[in-house]
Amino acid sequence: MRKAVNVKIYLKRKTLICYYCYHDSFINTYIKDNMTLALSTDYLAKTYSNNLEALKGINLSVEQGDFFALLGSNGAGKTTAIGIISGLLKSTSGEVEINGLNQKNHSNEVKKMVGLMPQEFNFNPHEPNIEILINQAGYFGIPRKEAKIQAEVLLKKMELWDRRFDVAQSLSGGMKRRLMLARALIHKPKILILDEPTAGVDVEIRQSMWKYLTQLNNEGMTIILTTHYLEEAESLCRNIAILNNGEIVEQSNMKKLLARAKRQVIIIDTIEKISGQIEISDCDCEVIDENTLQVSQGEGVSISDVVGSLSEQNIQISHLRSSQNRLEALFLSLTT
Amino acid sequence: MWIAYKTIVIKEILRFVRIWVQTIVPPVITTSLYLLIFGGLMGSRIGQMQGIEYIDFIVPGIILMTVIMQSYANTVSSFFMTKYNNSFEELLVSTTPNSIILLGFVSGGIARGFCVGLAVTFTISFFVEIKAFSLLIITVTFFLTSIMFALAGFINAVFARTFDDISIIPNFVLLPLTYLSGMFYSIDILPSFWRALSAFNPIYYMMDAFRLGFLGIGSVELWKAFLVPISMIIVLTLVANALLNRGVSIKTE
Repeated sequence: MRKAVNVKIYLKRKTLICYYCYHDSFINTYIKDNMTLALSTDYLAKTYSNNLEALKGINLSVEQGDFFALLGSNGAGKTTAIGIISGLLKSTSGEVEINGLNQKNHSNEVKKMVGLMPQEFNFNPHEPNIEILINQAGYFGIPRKEAKIQAEVLLKKMELWDRRFDVAQSLSGGMKRRLMLARALIHKPKILILDEPTAGVDVEIRQSMWKYLTQLNNEGMTIILTTHYLEEAESLCRNIAILNNGEIVEQSNMKKLLARAKRQVIIIDTIEKISGQIEISDCDCEVIDENTLQVSQGEGVSISDVVGSLSEQNIQISHLRSSQNRLEALFLSLTT
Repeated sequence: MWIAYKTIVIKEILRFVRIWVQTIVPPVITTSLYLLIFGGLMGSRIGQMQGIEYIDFIVPGIILMTVIMQSYANTVSSFFMTKYNNSFEELLVSTTPNSIILLGFVSGGIARGFCVGLAVTFTISFFVEIKAFSLLIITVTFFLTSIMFALAGFINAVFARTFDDISIIPNFVLLPLTYLSGMFYSIDILPSFWRALSAFNPIYYMMDAFRLGFLGIGSVELWKAFLVPISMIIVLTLVANALLNRGVSIKTE
C-alpha cells in the first residue's frame, strides 16, 4: 500500500498515467529504478577466515522510512549482515548502498547516516552513562556542547537522566539496552539498525521501547530490526526478509507474507462442558479437554465462521486465542 | 577530526585520573623507595658516578623509567580494554579515521607519562635538589620517549589476546632494558663487550639524553640520541597504522 502511494505521488508529479502501477513486480522494479532506497545490498557475501560462509551473496532492499524486519535463526547471518552494513566487518564481496551512496566510496557519509544498536553490550562498563553518549557524539565530530544537549534529551527520553553520572555497569540489563539505543541515536542517524533490541528487557520497558521506535519511524527514520520475538516483528514491521544459512529465503511485505499463512490454529475455551464431537466445515477440530477445543482453520474460513458454527451447536465461548503466532509458523516452514 | 581527537584524549585522561590510586600513587611510592634504598642508603657508600653524587645521578633515570612504563601502560591497557569490552566498536562505526584513533591513544599515553612523571619529579624534589641543565633537551627527550613507548604499547595491545599478554612485554622486555640502559650506572664502567651490546638498547640513548638534560653529562652525541627514538617512532607509527587499517584483531576476518 505504502509502495503504491509513493509511486502514485511520483507518477502524479510526472503527470504520467500508468494502469499497471498496482502490479507487484512493476512496483518493485519501478521503485528500485526510480526511488533511492535507504539500504540496498548487491550480492553481499562474507566468508570468515575459518571458511565459514556467513553470507552467500544477499540482495536486500529497504525503502526509506520503512520499518524492516531481518529475521533468521541463530547463525543465519543477521549479525554478519548488520556488521557489514554498519562498518564493523569487511565484506568478502558485494556492495552496500545507503541512501544511494556506496559504502566503500562514501564511508564517512554512510557512517553518519547509520546508527547501530548491537546485540551485545559494547561500551566501557566503568564509564559514566552521560560520558558514553558524549564521547560517541565526539567520534562523529559533534562538539561537546552540542553533544551534552543531545545526550540530555536522549537520556531523559530513555528514563536514564537520574543515572547519568553512574557507571554503565551499575545499570540493569534493560537500562543498558536503553543506553545503547540512546548511543545509537546520538548523531541523529537516518537509518537505525537494531540487533535484538529487546532481548532480556521486561514487558513494560519493551512496550515503551516499541512505542518510541514507532514514533521515530513515524518521524521518518528507517528502522531495520532483527529480533527473536516474532510478534515484535509482526506488530512493528511493514516489510521483512528472512535469512537462512546465509541466504535470503523470503523478502516480502509483512501483510502479504502473513496472508500466506493458510492455516491458523486457535484454542477455544468454552463456558460449558463439550459433549460429543464438534464439527466445523473446512476446519479440523480436536477436543483437548472438556472445556477446551482446538480448531485448525481451513483456507478461507474466518474467525466469525468458526464462532458462528460453534454458536449453532450451542457452544458458548469464554475465551479464544491463537495457539501459534502466524509469523512463527511461516518462519519455521521457511527455515527448517 | 579535531573534535574526535579531543574526545579520545579527554576520555583517556579521565580514565587514568579516575583510577589515580592505581595509576599515579604506585609510581610515586616506588620512586620514594628507589631514592631511599639506592640513593640514601647505598648511594653514600657508592660515592660519585661520572663526577656526580650517586643520588643525583640516578634521578633522571628514575623519572625516565616512570615515563616509559606509564606511557606504555596507558596505551596497552586502555586499548586492550576497548578490545576486551568491545567498546572499540564505538570508534569503528564512527567517522573517526584510524590515524586520529592512533594519535588519540598515543596522546593519552603521553598525558599519563607527563602527569606521573611530574608527580614523581615532585616527590624526588623532597629528597634531592633537582637541577635542569637544559629544559629543551629534557622536554624533547620526554616527548620522544613517551611517544615511542605509547606506540609500542598500542601495538602490544593490538596483538594481545589475554591480560597476560599485556604484562609480558613490560615485565620481561621493558624493565630489563631500562635497568640495562645505564639507569643506575654509567655505561663507561662496563666491560667493552657489554658496552658494545648496550648500543643496541634504544633506551640507552634516551637515558643518556635525559641525563644530559638534567645533569649536563652524556656519553652519546645528542643527534644520535635523538635519531634512535625518532627512527623508532617512524617505524612504530607505520606498523600501528597498518595494523589499524587492516583491522588486525579488531575486525573479524
